[in-house]
Amino acid sequence: MLLCVWLVVNLIKTPSDFFTVLLIGITTGSVYALIALGYTLVYGILQLINFAHGDVFALTGLVSSTFLVSLFGLDETSSVLAILAGLLATLVIVVAFGAFLNATIEFVAYRRLRQAPRLAVLITAVGMSFIVQNVSLAIFGVNFRSIPPLISDANVFKIGDVSYQWNQLFAVLATVPILILLTWLVQSTRHGKAMRATSQDTDAAAIMGVNVNRTISFTFLLAGGLAGVGGLLYLIEFNMRYDTGFELGLIAFTAAVLGGIGNLSGAVLGALLIGLIQAFNEGLSWLAPGSDWTRSIVFGILIAILVFRPEGLLGERTPEGA
Amino acid sequence: MRDRLRSLGRLEPVDDLFKAWRRVPGRIRTSVPLLALVTLAAGYPYYASSLPTDVPVILAFPDVGAGVTILVFVVMAVGLNVVVGYAGLLDLGYVAFYAIGAYTAGWLASGQFEQVRFHFGSVGISREAQGIHISVWLVLLCAGLITALGGILIGLPTLRLRGDYLAIVTLGFGEIIPQFVRNADSLHGFDLTHGTFGISPIDSPGFGEGLNNAVGLPVSFAQSFDRARLFYWAALVVLLVTVFCCYRLRDSRLGRAWIAIREDETAAGAMGIPLMRTKTWAYAIGAFFGGVAGAYVASFNSGAFPSQFHFNISIFLLCMVILGGMGSLWGVVIGGAILAWLNVEGLANIGAWANAHTPLNVEVAKYEFGIYGVIIVLMMLFRPVGLIPERRRKRELEEGSHGPIDDPLYDHRDQDEPTGTRA
Repeated sequence: MLLCVWLVVNLIKTPSDFFTVLLIGITTGSVYALIALGYTLVYGILQLINFAHGDVFALTGLVSSTFLVSLFGLDETSSVLAILAGLLATLVIVVAFGAFLNATIEFVAYRRLRQAPRLAVLITAVGMSFIVQNVSLAIFGVNFRSIPPLISDANVFKIGDVSYQWNQLFAVLATVPILILLTWLVQSTRHGKAMRATSQDTDAAAIMGVNVNRTISFTFLLAGGLAGVGGLLYLIEFNMRYDTGFELGLIAFTAAVLGGIGNLSGAVLGALLIGLIQAFNEGLSWLAPGSDWTRSIVFGILIAILVFRPEGLLGERTPEGA
Repeated sequence: MRDRLRSLGRLEPVDDLFKAWRRVPGRIRTSVPLLALVTLAAGYPYYASSLPTDVPVILAFPDVGAGVTILVFVVMAVGLNVVVGYAGLLDLGYVAFYAIGAYTAGWLASGQFEQVRFHFGSVGISREAQGIHISVWLVLLCAGLITALGGILIGLPTLRLRGDYLAIVTLGFGEIIPQFVRNADSLHGFDLTHGTFGISPIDSPGFGEGLNNAVGLPVSFAQSFDRARLFYWAALVVLLVTVFCCYRLRDSRLGRAWIAIREDETAAGAMGIPLMRTKTWAYAIGAFFGGVAGAYVASFNSGAFPSQFHFNISIFLLCMVILGGMGSLWGVVIGGAILAWLNVEGLANIGAWANAHTPLNVEVAKYEFGIYGVIIVLMMLFRPVGLIPERRRKRELEEGSHGPIDDPLYDHRDQDEPTGTRA
């Protein structure tokens, strides 16, 4: 209620700010969605919060900065065709890299702990997160990386003071087909069926002839690939460094929990909501706490959701939350 | 070990020694090494300066000031062990308790609230100084109690959650509280925490004029020539009290209830253990020690700064508990001491030694947390019970899963079997 009042007052006081911020929120939200999906996929199948996921995302982003800037030598003066080809090539490379890295983490650290208590796996995931983070640190150092504005910041449209730029639209344009592809993959292919079966009941799936280990690896590949896309898109919008992934990972995880962890459309919905909340908090002028408090607000939401509605907005009630 | 030695066939005297040692009554058998260790630790300030400074690999032993930090970290590790090791509740936000403790010291023993003037048993502070100045000994206790209250407040809504959800909520609190202290410098114009500058200076403990005249105890640690030594001994006392409390707690009714919950929450609940209350107690007691340690550090550093309270500290402490062995008190003390020493100066020293003696040239301290990550993963993969395992825990981990994937239909655990059977 109060939130609605706050939003409406802001809308009336500064309508152009409101809509600008709304669009920013949708853009960030769609990048968060790609990361949140990785958390949700893995949680759905292993009931594991893969802490390392955010750091995989950061590492892929940093790797794509190297490819775009150093190897392909792209900058804002390059021709449109070259930029598109470069982006596409980088995308393929970082998706493969992220997928490979994530699956390797699973193979090295989590697979041996299949039968161990769940806390043991969770603690291992925290450890892996630090390892990946330090690998990024070792390769890329402590400085922030960014790329020149490859996607034009010309306006897609401009109504009054509200404008929407191509580089913002790009993230949304890239996210939507990926989500459709992912939904198709999970809902309509044999691999997707195997994933759903494994997440419902590992033993029964194994009895029915599902290769559980391969299915889990496949899930990690998918999640890593999504992290790769997310890393590239995030890099187009913002700058990042080795520890960007940690905080962003937590935000994305919050999004996944908000939507109902294990639920794909939930993760997207949650990510958009979190993106909007963050943008409203940082961008609105009337009584907004501001970016100093973003983290507190996001985690406050996380705690409130887990306490009052642990199944999330779209999730089903699980024994975990009881 | 004994069997291994015996198999060599010609170690009869060693064998006899082991036998003789076994005949010593249990009480003495445990207390002699303990007393030796405490004596060694208490005397450290006297012989620290005469220790060699060119030891291979580690270069030098920590000085007394570093010893204070190490001891306080061990206190926190022992406190975290109550939550993680005894009760099996993964807490990824222990740094929140550390922060609450430190800031409580900042509020109760410094000039932060200059609107008031309140003195109670403070030493080494001018009577006219503004702010709240309560004796630091009392502040330690207050910080513990307030932090325990904080632990209860955090715990009440969240302890209904299980396992990983609880972990993520505690992580959330561990992120919120440092951000709060960083930003709370103008809450409706009221300066609660002095923002990024932190609260400084903070009073230091002492015994006051009266005791100084009577038995020669120092008036105030800060004004004493032996500042580091005094802080070291007081930290040692705090640690000993903490270890004693946790040791006694483990075998108490409450401690057994914690372990029951850790091993099987559903069964423990069915046996009539009040789950919420027992878990909340674990939280409160774990938080208490975190708060005491936080207040002590604040007093030692004479300041509480928001940059101290990073998520990494939570992981660092967790790493101590895992390295030592979750639930194993002595293990955690040893593991904590090792890691805290690595953190304070060990890693830098080892790195410097390695760089000097090998063609490598790595800034080891930079990758500190990567190294902790490696320790965590390796321990979990190859020795999940820790360096000095708790006996019961060892059995539990060898048994295999308690998760939903393959809950055994029948519990094969048998109290008399030392190693447990593999299902």
